[in-house]
Amino acid sequence: MSSVALKPERGSQPTAQTSPALSGVWVAVAAITMSFAAFTSSLIIRQASGNDWRHLALPGILYLNTMVLLASSLTLEIARRKQISELAGTRSWLYLTLALGSAFLVGQGVAWRQMRGQGLYLATSPNSSFFYVLTVLHALHVLGGLLGFLYVIRRTARASVWRAVTADAAAVYWHFLAGLWVYLLLVLRTRL
Amino acid sequence: MSDVPAPVVHQHAPPTGFLRKYVFSVDHKVIGKQYYGLALVSVFLGMLLSWLMRFHLVWTNAAIPGLQVLSKNGAPGGVMTPEYYLSLLTMHGTLMVFFVLTNAPFAGFGNYFLPIQVGAEDMAFPRFNMMSFWVTFLAFLVLVTSFFIPDGPPTSGWTAYAPLSAVGKDAGPGLAWGQNLWAISIGLFCVGQLLGSLNFIATTLDLRTKGMTLSRLPISTWAWFITSCIGLLAFAVLLPACVLLILDRVAGTSFFIPAGLVISDHLQPHSGGSPLLWQHLFWFFGQPEVYIAIVPAMGIVSHILMASMRKPLLSVKVVYSSMIAIGFLSYMVWGHHMFLSGMNPFSALVFSFPTLVITIPATIITMIWIGSIYGANLRFHTASLFSLGFISVFVAGGVSGFFLAQPSLDIYLHGTYFVVGHFHMVMGVAAIFGILAGTYFWFPKMTGRMMNDTLGKIHFWIPFIGVYCIFMPFHFLGFAGNVRRYSTFVDDYLQPLLPLHKFISIAAFITGAAQLIFLYNLIYSRFKGAPAPQNPWEATSLEWTTTSPPPFDNFGGRHVVVNHGPNEYGVKGAHGDFIMQDSAEPEPAGD
Repeated sequence: MSSVALKPERGSQPTAQTSPALSGVWVAVAAITMSFAAFTSSLIIRQASGNDWRHLALPGILYLNTMVLLASSLTLEIARRKQISELAGTRSWLYLTLALGSAFLVGQGVAWRQMRGQGLYLATSPNSSFFYVLTVLHALHVLGGLLGFLYVIRRTARASVWRAVTADAAAVYWHFLAGLWVYLLLVLRTRL
Repeated sequence: MSDVPAPVVHQHAPPTGFLRKYVFSVDHKVIGKQYYGLALVSVFLGMLLSWLMRFHLVWTNAAIPGLQVLSKNGAPGGVMTPEYYLSLLTMHGTLMVFFVLTNAPFAGFGNYFLPIQVGAEDMAFPRFNMMSFWVTFLAFLVLVTSFFIPDGPPTSGWTAYAPLSAVGKDAGPGLAWGQNLWAISIGLFCVGQLLGSLNFIATTLDLRTKGMTLSRLPISTWAWFITSCIGLLAFAVLLPACVLLILDRVAGTSFFIPAGLVISDHLQPHSGGSPLLWQHLFWFFGQPEVYIAIVPAMGIVSHILMASMRKPLLSVKVVYSSMIAIGFLSYMVWGHHMFLSGMNPFSALVFSFPTLVITIPATIITMIWIGSIYGANLRFHTASLFSLGFISVFVAGGVSGFFLAQPSLDIYLHGTYFVVGHFHMVMGVAAIFGILAGTYFWFPKMTGRMMNDTLGKIHFWIPFIGVYCIFMPFHFLGFAGNVRRYSTFVDDYLQPLLPLHKFISIAAFITGAAQLIFLYNLIYSRFKGAPAPQNPWEATSLEWTTTSPPPFDNFGGRHVVVNHGPNEYGVKGAHGDFIMQDSAEPEPAGD
């Protein structure tokens, strides 16, 4: 290594030390946002293109599911902050988040069954088509998030410097999904 | 959020066993070569399809020996039906745009060299990286399966416009399972690309070695990074489009299919959908996609030119800023593919304006290349020849874009060979030249051997003349009113153009045949080429500081520290007229 003083590049920043896990999850959030933006645009255009837009009543359980999902965001945030401050009980809150997330999926299943009970299937009307497309795709992303939690729980079991950042990345994803669901519910409520 | 030490990506030990080393590898270098290999297979397949098409256009009633084996229905007696011509056209476009132009310059070279150029040991997420290749490979297999089903590949073009692509088997051969396979393939391809973009972005932002600030990134890394940002948002829109298309086809929904369609005497059961919706979704992806195809090649060419000219570009910062501007503007212009779709003419004007504006950063980049080359003592080897050729064909193909960008002119030119000439030159040929430039430049690093430069120069000149013979006349054909996607020319006004079509077809066969020179050179040099020095081009970026080929962890355990930018050419360095990025020499005086 040379001891000669080297002139730094004008305006240069020190090499970043941020975590790839966090960058990665924000990139994933951007892509998923773009996908649901495409679905939203499709809904708006489809609504205007035909005269077959038949208003449907959303199953009431969707609002309960929303509360469950928001609660799971809260429990995850408690788990994350406990981890940062190294208080005991992190894993319990993670398990609770996992349970609430699973309950959300079960609740969505109930909502789909209620829709079918009203005779509203995927191809019945454009409204029902978008209902199923948006809710099923969101649920698939939630399922992916739950699998991610199992991974986080496995990693937090071992003493490792990666505990915090892995949980942080999972939290970004999960809070995003909760926010996305609130947005989707608004779209479904106002447009369908 | 939390404090973390320098990230240690390299948590996987060197692989053992054939499968782990060469097949299911998490090493970005192996994955890059796998993408390149897939692109190589795709480009020869796509070229073969173009030969079949060009032959049929000129010798319409002649049998092509063996074609009836591939498709009994599509080519009875070896003479292809008009529908089969469209099937070949669809597959040619799909293979070339997705599996060649997106794979090779971006996923291929980017995967191999981006981690090395930023000084990292591997990509940020090596297992996602492996997954991205195998998902892409699966997409390729699904696509080519459509050749072997009885109905054949789809006939709706690589653009798969609805309602033709959405209604199903009533619309003709290839539109039952052929179209399903296409939609599944492209959906899988989107997933592969999204995983790839994820890796490129995270690696560039977070795994740069000490001293590698963003302003010290090589221009090729900038290009891959910008491309991955464009691709992330573009493929995230194509995937929903494919999902909706598949649902229309198999689940009876009506996203894209309007009411009252009677096809083959069958009233279609769908109603209320919007065919224009497919076009909006597709082209919102499609226009950024063409920049995904060309920006990596721009980066590769810039990188090679500096090493060849022995001086930096007039302003590298302006070049990558222009690339960013192109990426940004690319999301505003998609409607220029839809001037004749029936949309409001005022919206046509709204799209025309940014389409013309996007020529400005592209022109700036071109002017910087040309201005930099002026007065330079250029080293002429195959890589620099292909780089110069890139500039030539990019400009030649690009200028026709000015015409197409104006709705009033596009009314006449849309759907003619003028468009075909434009996109083949500016995107197809230019990106291929960029890929070939990159191949000749980086082959020594990837294999430890040099490619034969004499064969390389022959390989350059024949296609360089050949592509001008093929694609420039397309513009004339377009002016003359020659409609595209016709399998035969029976109209009176097209008869005088047939001799020109014959000339084009013969030029295409010769140009294609010349690629065998490249293939021979590639394979022969891989095993018998002259041993390559570590830095044969006397280039400055980090890939030239390591062995050829690089070791498993890229730098042999050495923690690289970067002290210079990548453009220190034409300066007094310890080893010549350049200073490598990790050199401990001080900055040259007067800088």
